[in-house]
Amino acid sequence: MSTLSTALPQVRRRPLWGWTIQDGLVVTRRNLIQTVRVPELLFFSLVQPVIFVLLFAYVFGGAIPIPGDASADAYRQYLMPGIFGQTVAFAAASSTVGLAEDMHKGLIDRFRALPMSPPAVLMGRTFADAVRQVLVLFVLSVTGYLVGWRIDNGLLNAIWAYALLLLFAYTVAWIGSWIGLYMPNPETANTAGLVWLFPLTFLSNAFVPINSLPGALQAVAAWNPISALVLACRELFGNPTGIQPDYWPLQHPQLYTLISCTVLIAVFATLSVRRYRRTTSR
Amino acid sequence: MTDDLAVSIEGLVRHFGDVVALDGVDLTVPRGQVVGLLGPNGAGKTTTVRILSTLLQPTAGIARVAGFDVTKKPDEVRRAIGLTGQYAAVDEYLTGRENLRMFGDLYHLAPSYVKQRTAELLDWFDLTDAADRPARTYSGGMRRRLDLAASLIARPSILFLDEPTTGLDPRSRLAMWGVIQNLVDEGTTVLLTTQYLEEADQLAQDIVVIDHGRVIAHGTAEALKDQIGGDRIEISVSDPARIGRAAEVLRPIGHGDPVVDDARLLMPVSGGSTVLVDAVRLLDAEGIEVSDIVLRRPTLDDVFLSLTGHAAEEEPAVTPAGRRGRREKKEATE
Repeated sequence: MSTLSTALPQVRRRPLWGWTIQDGLVVTRRNLIQTVRVPELLFFSLVQPVIFVLLFAYVFGGAIPIPGDASADAYRQYLMPGIFGQTVAFAAASSTVGLAEDMHKGLIDRFRALPMSPPAVLMGRTFADAVRQVLVLFVLSVTGYLVGWRIDNGLLNAIWAYALLLLFAYTVAWIGSWIGLYMPNPETANTAGLVWLFPLTFLSNAFVPINSLPGALQAVAAWNPISALVLACRELFGNPTGIQPDYWPLQHPQLYTLISCTVLIAVFATLSVRRYRRTTSR
Repeated sequence: MTDDLAVSIEGLVRHFGDVVALDGVDLTVPRGQVVGLLGPNGAGKTTTVRILSTLLQPTAGIARVAGFDVTKKPDEVRRAIGLTGQYAAVDEYLTGRENLRMFGDLYHLAPSYVKQRTAELLDWFDLTDAADRPARTYSGGMRRRLDLAASLIARPSILFLDEPTTGLDPRSRLAMWGVIQNLVDEGTTVLLTTQYLEEADQLAQDIVVIDHGRVIAHGTAEALKDQIGGDRIEISVSDPARIGRAAEVLRPIGHGDPVVDDARLLMPVSGGSTVLVDAVRLLDAEGIEVSDIVLRRPTLDDVFLSLTGHAAEEEPAVTPAGRRGRREKKEATE
């Protein structure tokens, strides 16, 4: 057995924020390598939204009229931004499960015993989960194109819509991370990471026009950040929007999306980092 | 506080809700030494290591590692230590090499150093052939070695090993002991927790026995064994009905009272092997047939039994429900 060299390690010096970003990228790279090593997981995370597109386009499509647009493929045009919004929202679940697994395997303990920046593990998690959505959005867009969805309002607006979707993915990933840090094991995380996402995405304009909801639910759906995101995307992609009830977020969907994402990131990043500093696996 | 102490703990207390995990632990580890922290499940071993490695805050008391207070200077402590827990905490999707590189990067070491150190550690831990395979394809022993390698990437002067061989097969355990011994020979300070008495005996110069969150004994393995007396004689008789009589006959040559257990008799003695001859003669004169007779040095198991009143690998006494109780139960089943 050879001996280990006795040269002492050189430690690099750098301002604290520099290390936070550097460490965050190291953890991001690690999480993205995982995605590549388990292609099955990526594959099935793509299958679900594609199935949703096909189900809604062909099963429900004819039954859901879009106010203000009577054309035959109106619902498919209307549907796609909703599917985009729903899909990026589910990025939160992978943050929840990912962190619960890291805790369960003792990796979080190891990270916490390193002289690394504490927020970096969470930044790496959320950033990687948002980055993964780039591929998901690409596959969804191609599927949408095949069922008749079109981008109809210029390339720049479309890019801005995709940017808002990724910002939203990053935002919900922080919420998912915060939930993940409370999970006793990965099995619970698998369920708890998903349950809140169904009401979040269905109590919105993602699949049905808000006017079709009962009165009290209309207000909830109108203030749901997903509704503003989906509406902003419909406008930016040039898809039918339906007729909006009189709520502020629906009159300023892009602004409301930016505000709600900023506030949610600030709140949940703070809560998550605080929890992370005290968490112990098992 | 002197500089030649790698770890010093004074009056360490930790509560988990109603459960007292640590109840005033004092402990020192001199630089360059191996101290074994020995105790059954739930004794407080892991809690101690978690406080020392900055993962848990103590409820009361002071803990210093490398001269730094763990609650006030956690980053300085983290730079000085390596931690290997009970479960191989490596990323199973990354290869062995990628794992080491990631941890090296997170220690903020120069990339050239990380690269060189990674190759060195892979070689040293006999993982070079598997270096570019994902860690999930590794055997249990390989994962533990990778885990230990990861905690050595920054050449820590102090190493915490929390049950480093729990769950390993005997061959992997021996390999792990060899690796730990090598580290110690190079001057690394090690605090090792274990529930295997043999392991503490093998590796540690100094053993601290804890139970129910308190230190109940402290010393070298030899000193602990001497503490409960010298040799003991163990006799089994063919006819269990006569064991009582055998005890009576043997009592005068014992160094303490004989303990009778079914057809077996255990008695502390002094005087070495002549005692065996005397015992056989006495029993023969009574017409008691001996089926087995041995003279043995006490093991640390005996030490443990006499100190705590229960065996080392036995389940802990009933703990109140709560976070710690649940955790211990889980550890016990794994």
